[in-house]
Amino acid sequence: MSQNLPALLVVVPMILAPLAALLNRPGPSWVVAAIGSWFSFGAALRLLGRVLDEGVVVYSLGGWAAPIGIEYRIDQVSAFVTVIVSSIAAIAILYARSSVRDEIHEDRHALFYAAFLLNVCGLLGISITGDVFNVFVFLEVSSLSAYAMIALGQDRRALTSAFQYLIMGSVGATFIVIGIGLLFVMTGTLGMADLAARIPAVWASGEGDRTIAVAFTFLTVGVTLKLALFPLHLWLPNAYTFAPSAVTGYMAATSTKVSVYLLMRFFFTVFGEQFSFEQMHLDMVLTPLALVSILAMSLVAIYQSNVKRLLAFSSVAQIGYMVLGISLGSVVGVAAGIIHLFNHAVMKGALFMAMGCVMYRIGSVRLEDMKGLGKAMPWTMAAFVGGGLSMIGVPLTVGFVSKWYLVQGALAQGRWAVAAVVMVGSLMALIYIWKVVEVAYFQRREDEADIREAPLSLLIPTWALVAASFWFGIDAGTTSSVAISAAETLLGVLP
Amino acid sequence: MISFGLFNYWAVIVLMMVGFYTLISRDNLVKKLIGLNIFQTSVIMMYVSFGKISGGTAPILIDSGDHGGGEDHGGAEDAGHAVVETAVDAVGSAGEFLTQGASGVAHAASEAGEILYSNPIPHVLMLTAIVVGVATLALGLSLVIRINEAYGTIEEDEIARKDNAA
Repeated sequence: MSQNLPALLVVVPMILAPLAALLNRPGPSWVVAAIGSWFSFGAALRLLGRVLDEGVVVYSLGGWAAPIGIEYRIDQVSAFVTVIVSSIAAIAILYARSSVRDEIHEDRHALFYAAFLLNVCGLLGISITGDVFNVFVFLEVSSLSAYAMIALGQDRRALTSAFQYLIMGSVGATFIVIGIGLLFVMTGTLGMADLAARIPAVWASGEGDRTIAVAFTFLTVGVTLKLALFPLHLWLPNAYTFAPSAVTGYMAATSTKVSVYLLMRFFFTVFGEQFSFEQMHLDMVLTPLALVSILAMSLVAIYQSNVKRLLAFSSVAQIGYMVLGISLGSVVGVAAGIIHLFNHAVMKGALFMAMGCVMYRIGSVRLEDMKGLGKAMPWTMAAFVGGGLSMIGVPLTVGFVSKWYLVQGALAQGRWAVAAVVMVGSLMALIYIWKVVEVAYFQRREDEADIREAPLSLLIPTWALVAASFWFGIDAGTTSSVAISAAETLLGVLP
Repeated sequence: MISFGLFNYWAVIVLMMVGFYTLISRDNLVKKLIGLNIFQTSVIMMYVSFGKISGGTAPILIDSGDHGGGEDHGGAEDAGHAVVETAVDAVGSAGEFLTQGASGVAHAASEAGEILYSNPIPHVLMLTAIVVGVATLALGLSLVIRINEAYGTIEEDEIARKDNAA
């Protein structure tokens, strides 16, 4: 059982997904989805423990060794990302029960839970696989289920935004396949460890170095499209705005994070840090894009009147922080990126879930409809403020921890301008979070509608995430030690 | 043996650009999906071209007499490994194919004096990619149907107009 844990982590949600669809009744399907998510969470925690104790866990599927068979290779980074994904999934599924009942037609509940489980399966698969083509397959499993979940939104624009996402996501995935194919033809292998061993030889031989460079480019563009780095973020704001609340909360916290993980996997493990940064000058591309992303998207977020959309643009800006950390290429920088994966998942999940509570009670998340909610829904809005503080980066919240490492990483390389942009980004976050707070707490509601607090089934998961954002902000040692050892593994620096 | 040189790859590039351009330029959602599909298909063609070695045969073990007649299970397994090793070599050759063209590969193969197999791995990968493509297309088309029900049109500009009017 525990020996096969890596496979079970992925296979259990995969097998439960059709079961959830076949049961075809909201209650039982939800139970199945909850079992799948919580099982994955438990399995991911155990795996993380094992990886931290014993080092890299390698699992050969079907007993076929790596170059011929597919292997799962779980190091600190993978294990950390699986914990992020499965913990958010486990909390989101609790939240989904009431939220989905409110927002999605009853006929479709079972299918929603099936898609949810498939998404969990795909994202976990991407995080632990050690085979590049397997990455593509899991990427499509997670993407297709994501399109389906987004399309379940109430507004008809959910359909068009799901379609837009489908087109752009498929183009991104196809770019990744092209990149993988070019690597395969030059090296004859698909295993990540194998690729990492063979690429330098092909590059040094001078024959086909152009093919490797083209493969690198296709992979970079494909993955940055999937993770919505500016200017390839166009699918994200609409998709997050019109998706059902539970889906937005879950996806904002997981899917782009896994793509960021994939970016690190390709750059650091497959191509190697030296190749990515010294031969291909990756930082020259990623750093400016990340900086523009932080500034421009925060600015756009300030002018939004739909709060879900505001948070979506803020997500693009936050992805900028993660990519910025990675593009620094130092242990501290990459560790900052990895910590922010977790921290952003926690705080953005909390913020979107708070908006889901608002949606549940007043049926809208537009700013003008949220007047006076601070009084009517005190717990919900307090959760929003808690998540918002973290977004701004106030000390004792997780947001502060990631920015602390990020600024440290930038200053260690003498990049004052980069550190300044991080600070300005935080100030802009203050503005857009304050906009919501101001409307909710300091403006009086005109109509005397009787608005009650959101039900506990929504509040408890939301507050679980808010509490996590404070807990890991105060006790930052746990996450940051994992992240630093993960960054050291990625960069090949032995502790 | 007719050598096609890099013809396959030119076809791949043309198809890829046709698909991509259709995807970007058309307003009609179904046409967009068609473009996406052409784009994905070109990649399938690219992979299959990678695997093909001119003069190579299908990767089914041809009994060259070394293994004897009545093979037990273990023998078959050894043979399986032999195929895979040949296949891995073949991929290296396919790399050269990209840079040097087909003639060099055929020459190298005839020198080795072994049975030349085309690499089966890209074909197998593409079976997966075809399934993914079908699933994507199915989901895309069903979204188009839903969009048509909700908006009464599948033209992107009209949808945008209706959204702005609402």
